[in-house]
Amino acid sequence: MDKLEKDLLKKIADIEKTPMGAYNIRENGKGIARNTTANIDIVTKEDKPGIDIIVKPNTKNESIHIPVILTQGGLNDLVYNDFYIGENADVVIVAGCGIHNNTCDTAEHDGIHTFHLAKGAKIKYIEKHYGEGEGTGDRILNPQTIINLDENASMEMESVQIKGVSSTVRETFANMKKGSSLVISERIMTTGKQFAKTVFDVNLDGEDSSVHVASRSVAEDDSLQEFISNVKGNTKCFGHVECDAIVMGNARVISDPKIEANNVDASLIHEAAIGKIAGEQLTKLMTLGLTEKEAEEQIINGFLK
Amino acid sequence: MLELIDICFSRDRKNILKNINLKIDNNKMVVITGPNGSGKSTLAKIIMGIEKPDSGKIIFDGKDITNLSITERAKFGIGFAFQQPVRFKGLTVRDLIEISAGNSIKVCDACDVLADVGLCAQEYLNREVNAELSGGELKRIEIAMLAAKKSKLTIFDEPEAGIDLWSFNNLISVFEKMHDDIKGSILIISHQEKILEIADEIVLVKNGKIEMHGTKDEMLSNIFGKIKPCHKLDKNEKCSKGGTN
Repeated sequence: MDKLEKDLLKKIADIEKTPMGAYNIRENGKGIARNTTANIDIVTKEDKPGIDIIVKPNTKNESIHIPVILTQGGLNDLVYNDFYIGENADVVIVAGCGIHNNTCDTAEHDGIHTFHLAKGAKIKYIEKHYGEGEGTGDRILNPQTIINLDENASMEMESVQIKGVSSTVRETFANMKKGSSLVISERIMTTGKQFAKTVFDVNLDGEDSSVHVASRSVAEDDSLQEFISNVKGNTKCFGHVECDAIVMGNARVISDPKIEANNVDASLIHEAAIGKIAGEQLTKLMTLGLTEKEAEEQIINGFLK
Repeated sequence: MLELIDICFSRDRKNILKNINLKIDNNKMVVITGPNGSGKSTLAKIIMGIEKPDSGKIIFDGKDITNLSITERAKFGIGFAFQQPVRFKGLTVRDLIEISAGNSIKVCDACDVLADVGLCAQEYLNREVNAELSGGELKRIEIAMLAAKKSKLTIFDEPEAGIDLWSFNNLISVFEKMHDDIKGSILIISHQEKILEIADEIVLVKNGKIEMHGTKDEMLSNIFGKIKPCHKLDKNEKCSKGGTN
């Protein structure tokens, strides 16, 4: 692996050396490195591209890294990864995709991740997306995350689009059983003429299930972002969706929230705020000695932190 | 240290400040007081550069800063605590204290400035300065930021607003400590008698003009000497007006 690939891995998965625990590294449509542990198995799918990640019940304090890097233009990499997390396991999963495209052809990665969390299982899932390269070819990422939470399972998902992605449609679907909990934190930055669309579709089917979705985004220049959420409370449950966006230059942000209470005991909240950086925030930081530009950077970096 | 020469400021055909002339010497605690709408906060904003005067000059440390930006004035040694502190989604108390200090501040120093304003550092250092904080908490954080900035001239615009009575005495000691530690001048816009009492000098602003300026002793007797104190009714005394009997 040369410096370019190592840099991409560092950006998307904080990997500098061989990661600890289980891992599967995919480059330009092929697996290039894999490790399994006594409790975590990774198996190549036979019917379609992708892997199955199987975590034994009660596995604790282990991690799984499954980063993908693309360094070739003209490649459309579609992959299906299925995660089977055993009862009462508690693990961290780091995914993400980095594209370096120096060509005029499009480089695209579409990762379809399906999670099956058994009763009482718990995971933290971190997914970072990043694009770079001098070429005029688009860098496209269309991740799809399907989440199935069994009773009392819980998942914390951190999804970050760092920068450099020309176009993305990010879809997350969740089906939640009794007592399960899902916390999603999303951060997106778009510049130039980039496009980002996010869809969250959550079914709160189990009693006392809860979801909290917090999306923060910054749209600069001529970029366009779209946020769509649909949380359905089908029983006694709690759902909270908050979408905050900072819009700059000629950028546009569309927020289309929907909450659906299909039961009298469903408690659902949606909050959305879109606007430019408040003038008083800039003024405050300038009174502390920052220039207007520095103040703007601080506010954006903090907002997307 | 600071000299305002013939400062005039008007908005919407209303003269808010009329030929303000004021000198503040080094290492002084000066309180500007006066009725609501008299132009006190506007004057403070003009010193910081948040508002531009229509005419007049501002001299700070011998330099004409009238045309300097907010940033340049901040770097030159002026600090400003807002009457209504600003909230930031994403920036933490620690971020703001570090920005105020101008570099990465040691955790123990950040803890000290928070402790001085009555906040537990462990609880607050990594909290976002967002809508989850109360007005009183925000106010204390704002004051802590200014303590970390260590400016030659620190301006507080109505620091007592939003602070509960229990914290008020602490606030007084924060100003006194800051005055001792930084050895700079502190300019406070305030209506509070307790704050007036810790001043070296008091400036009374009325209808956009400086009506009086003098030492605390001169001014307190002048300001309060003219106001008849509230008459307290004796238990057996009957109200002369509006009484229930």
